[in-house]
Amino acid sequence: MLKTNKFIQSYSHIRNNTVSKNGTLLFENASEAFPDFIKAAYNALDTGYPKFFKMDNLSKLAFLAADVLLKEIPSATNKEQNIAIVLSNRASSLDTDRKHQASIANKEDYFPSPAVFVYTLPNICIGEISIKHRLFSENSFFIFDRFSAEHLADYTNGLFLNNKAEKVIGGWVDFDTDTYEAFLYLVSDKGSIPHNKKEINRLYRL
Amino acid sequence: MNSVYVSYNNIVSSLGFDSPTVVKNVADGVSGISRIADKNISPQAFYASTIPTETLSGAFESLNTNGSFTRLEQMMLVSLEKVIKASGLALDERVGLIISTTKGNIDALETNNPFPKKRAYLSELGTLIKNFFGFKTEAIVLSNACVSGILAVGVAKRFINQGKFDHVFIVSGDLVTEFIVSGFNSFQALSNKPCKPYCKYRDGINIGEVAASVLVTSEKNNLAAEAVQILGDASCNDANHISGPSRTGEGLYRSVISALDEAGVRPNEIDYISAHGTATPFNDEMEAIAFNRLGLSEVPLNSLKGYFGHTLGASGLLETIVGMHSLQQNKLFSSLGFEELGVSQPLNIITGTRAQELNVFLKTASGFGGCNTAIIFQKIKR
Repeated sequence: MLKTNKFIQSYSHIRNNTVSKNGTLLFENASEAFPDFIKAAYNALDTGYPKFFKMDNLSKLAFLAADVLLKEIPSATNKEQNIAIVLSNRASSLDTDRKHQASIANKEDYFPSPAVFVYTLPNICIGEISIKHRLFSENSFFIFDRFSAEHLADYTNGLFLNNKAEKVIGGWVDFDTDTYEAFLYLVSDKGSIPHNKKEINRLYRL
Repeated sequence: MNSVYVSYNNIVSSLGFDSPTVVKNVADGVSGISRIADKNISPQAFYASTIPTETLSGAFESLNTNGSFTRLEQMMLVSLEKVIKASGLALDERVGLIISTTKGNIDALETNNPFPKKRAYLSELGTLIKNFFGFKTEAIVLSNACVSGILAVGVAKRFINQGKFDHVFIVSGDLVTEFIVSGFNSFQALSNKPCKPYCKYRDGINIGEVAASVLVTSEKNNLAAEAVQILGDASCNDANHISGPSRTGEGLYRSVISALDEAGVRPNEIDYISAHGTATPFNDEMEAIAFNRLGLSEVPLNSLKGYFGHTLGASGLLETIVGMHSLQQNKLFSSLGFEELGVSQPLNIITGTRAQELNVFLKTASGFGGCNTAIIFQKIKR
């Protein structure tokens, strides 16, 4: 299979009430449930994007994990860049799907809301990242029952081989009833970690 | 890079359970949309395109299988079985499987649904389809809002180009459910009559359900008669709004530019556009702006939503299949529901099914999250 010679320039994790970048802890708040934890992380990381508070849990998780990587690129905020986004997870948008379903379960108390319904698609979080960072780029959301470094690496290579992206943000952002986990990484021409399945798996498990 | 083709195909829909029957109905101007009064789906009656349950059960029984399967699984299995059989391919490690859907078995979340709630996980759907047919490779589930079905064709093409697979089967499907109808209704996006894409009198969408399947392959021998070559594809984000289309059609514009660039095709070489055309005021206006920016305002264009409704993640694959048959038959199909142009920029809407020599067509789709996809297909010269 055709390969590319790219590198993992940076990576981020959000899990177990911590936010880290390149393996270094940026924020920790051990005592809070997810909604309070992610809000505290947003404040501590100086995110400055009020639209964040309208997002659902999955979008907040993906947005913050991507923001950690993208705000280090000075030009990402003022000059357009072709950074594709390839995300994956297990639970799709089921956390918000259940909320929408609950709003229509009782015919006597029927209150479907467009503000909830719009988040019943996993790729909405890619839209949120794209809006903030002005990324008019390739995006796709895949669902697997577990983290698949192979699929992410192959699809990312395909984007480079087909000249569809200069850089790619790839990874896993999963939010389910009681669990959450984000692992994102930025693939580019720069860096010292080779972009391949083995390294993606290693960084995921760090 | 190898040439990549879309070959054998099937549509399971309100207009029939195989592509030739469905396409014949489209050519005859038959719509699958009807008024549905079903309190289990919506408090008010609504217009939608649904598959008759008895016909589906009959078709599914002919698969002679044991076990219980959801409505969507039955639709997808019936559809994909025909394509696998027609292809004659052995399902070895060089054959991939992509499942594309926006909501999958979302009806499993309903209180009275007999299936376990975990059936709503999309990976369960992927594994079930993989095991049913005995695919040797993992099912790849793609869920990217309303571009899922057409994006899957681009994803398959890229995997074949880079040597991951030689052949990829795609099955795409979505249902008319209470979940979807109530959601679009909360957006006030549903029309209370059959939808009218690009028309002055359009006022929203109809939801539809369908399962569609294709074989994407690099093998030029043994292609279906209506097979087409994929010349170029792209998927670009609007970076504008999560539920409203861009006012400049930015993501769609960029998707088409990138697809044309890869295809080496000029705008004036496009013979036909199979557009998205949901019949909401904003979507259709956005497309008109993008197509005018692209210099495509005179290319014959239709939306097939007047026949099938908006079949969500399956719509792009369904409409690609109809486009393939359109090319093969050298026939432009009427954009059903259209009366008078109701967008601010000129478009050449097809207002009556007619014969025309066709060689290259452009398929586009747009969806929530700001996603857009464009693919250019060419008739195979024989």
